[in-house]
Amino acid sequence: MAKEIRLTTPLTEEVISQLRAGDKVLITGYIYTARDAAHKRMTEAIAQGKPLPFDVKGQIIYYVGPTPPKPGEVIGSAGPTTSARMDRYVEHLLKLGLKGMIGKGYRQPFVKELLKKYKAVYFAAVGGVAALYREKIKSSEVIAYEDLGPEAVRKLYVVDFPVVVAYDIYGGDLFEEGRKKFAQLEI
Amino acid sequence: MREVHVKEITEAVKNLFLKANYELPKDVEDAYKKALEKEESPAGKEVLNLILQNAHVAKSEKVAYCQDTGVAVVFVQIGQDVRIVGGDLNKAIEEGVRQAYREGYLRASMVWDPVFERKNTGDNTPPVIHYEIVPGDKIKIIAAPKGGGSENTSRLAMLKPADGWEGVKKFILETVKLAGPNACPPFVIGVGIGGNFEYCAYLAKKALLRPVGKRHENPLIAKVEEELLNEINKIGWGPMGFGGKVTAVDVKVEMYPCHIASLPVAVNIQCHAARHAEIEI
Repeated sequence: MAKEIRLTTPLTEEVISQLRAGDKVLITGYIYTARDAAHKRMTEAIAQGKPLPFDVKGQIIYYVGPTPPKPGEVIGSAGPTTSARMDRYVEHLLKLGLKGMIGKGYRQPFVKELLKKYKAVYFAAVGGVAALYREKIKSSEVIAYEDLGPEAVRKLYVVDFPVVVAYDIYGGDLFEEGRKKFAQLEI
Repeated sequence: MREVHVKEITEAVKNLFLKANYELPKDVEDAYKKALEKEESPAGKEVLNLILQNAHVAKSEKVAYCQDTGVAVVFVQIGQDVRIVGGDLNKAIEEGVRQAYREGYLRASMVWDPVFERKNTGDNTPPVIHYEIVPGDKIKIIAAPKGGGSENTSRLAMLKPADGWEGVKKFILETVKLAGPNACPPFVIGVGIGGNFEYCAYLAKKALLRPVGKRHENPLIAKVEEELLNEINKIGWGPMGFGGKVTAVDVKVEMYPCHIASLPVAVNIQCHAARHAEIEI
């Protein structure tokens, strides 16, 4: 985790091709939130030929369901949720040009293959340090599925939002590479 | 007979869930400070520092430590010489949860039904309540909000008696390996061994309440806790699964007699947001 790279959204394939698993990245710009229920609805919308709440082309989806903001604040605590639950929805969005996902944890192996195929990247954030991430979010607006409460789709403006490249387009894997360095026991 | 009014219980439950969600218990925070000395991985150290910094911000600004403010799990130990007056105890506890989550800007994470509509109940009710009748005239309430990510990686197995300790240990280690980065390490691992299907899961959850660093008073159980902790920290996941030596800061085991045909084992994975708060009334 030596390099630290500043990125602004939307992402281009050229930028993505330079990222390697383990790179530290600071993201600035608009990103969009969606988790389980919003992914289900977006996938249904795609199947029915209906428009999505936002154009996913070149964008990053952050897997998060924040706590409500206190009066006068932009957003509540907002750390990543487990990405693997969204695996089954990923290809539908990558096909439409989604370029990045932020979440926590490892994913099913087919996701790595999809990232290679569609030239997109998976970023890991640190789960649970949600009060800190909240400070990196400068604006938040619910743009769809308000009835889902914490699972609504939000458009966030973030400044220097810290993540690490977990899966790059070359098959690199932050978690497996990290674990192997310290594993003294194979199960 | 000593009487306790349900209003007092609602107030206590509310305050406990606010405290639990804003403040990491001291034993847990101390465990992460110690882990920082033990951890060799730079990425792991960085995560531990973020965890400590997050705990500080959450506590001082009174915001949720984690956005997943959990299923509201409540343990209630009721002294057999106490009479609860003024209303329905279950409703009083539920009201305390409702007030904490609504007034404390905590996330509503419960949906009904669990399969089809999955509509958010809006105030994080209902809680999951475990009652226990104990000697005395006091009521002890423990609030333990439990996040979904780590709960999802918890497992239960009905092993065969012939599987023995090797089988039990293998199941526990496999569970932690699978949980890995997805469940937000460093963990506290709660293990229930024995009882039956539902009781061993309850024991695993209850085990998580014992302070971090405190070994079981039964020397046999204390020994297996040490052994498990040592082996779990050889898996290599480290803080947040970025690689490292501290995958868990503690393992808590509870055992209970079981049927001659059975060897139930339950593993409840607790993420680093090992939140709980308690009060005695």
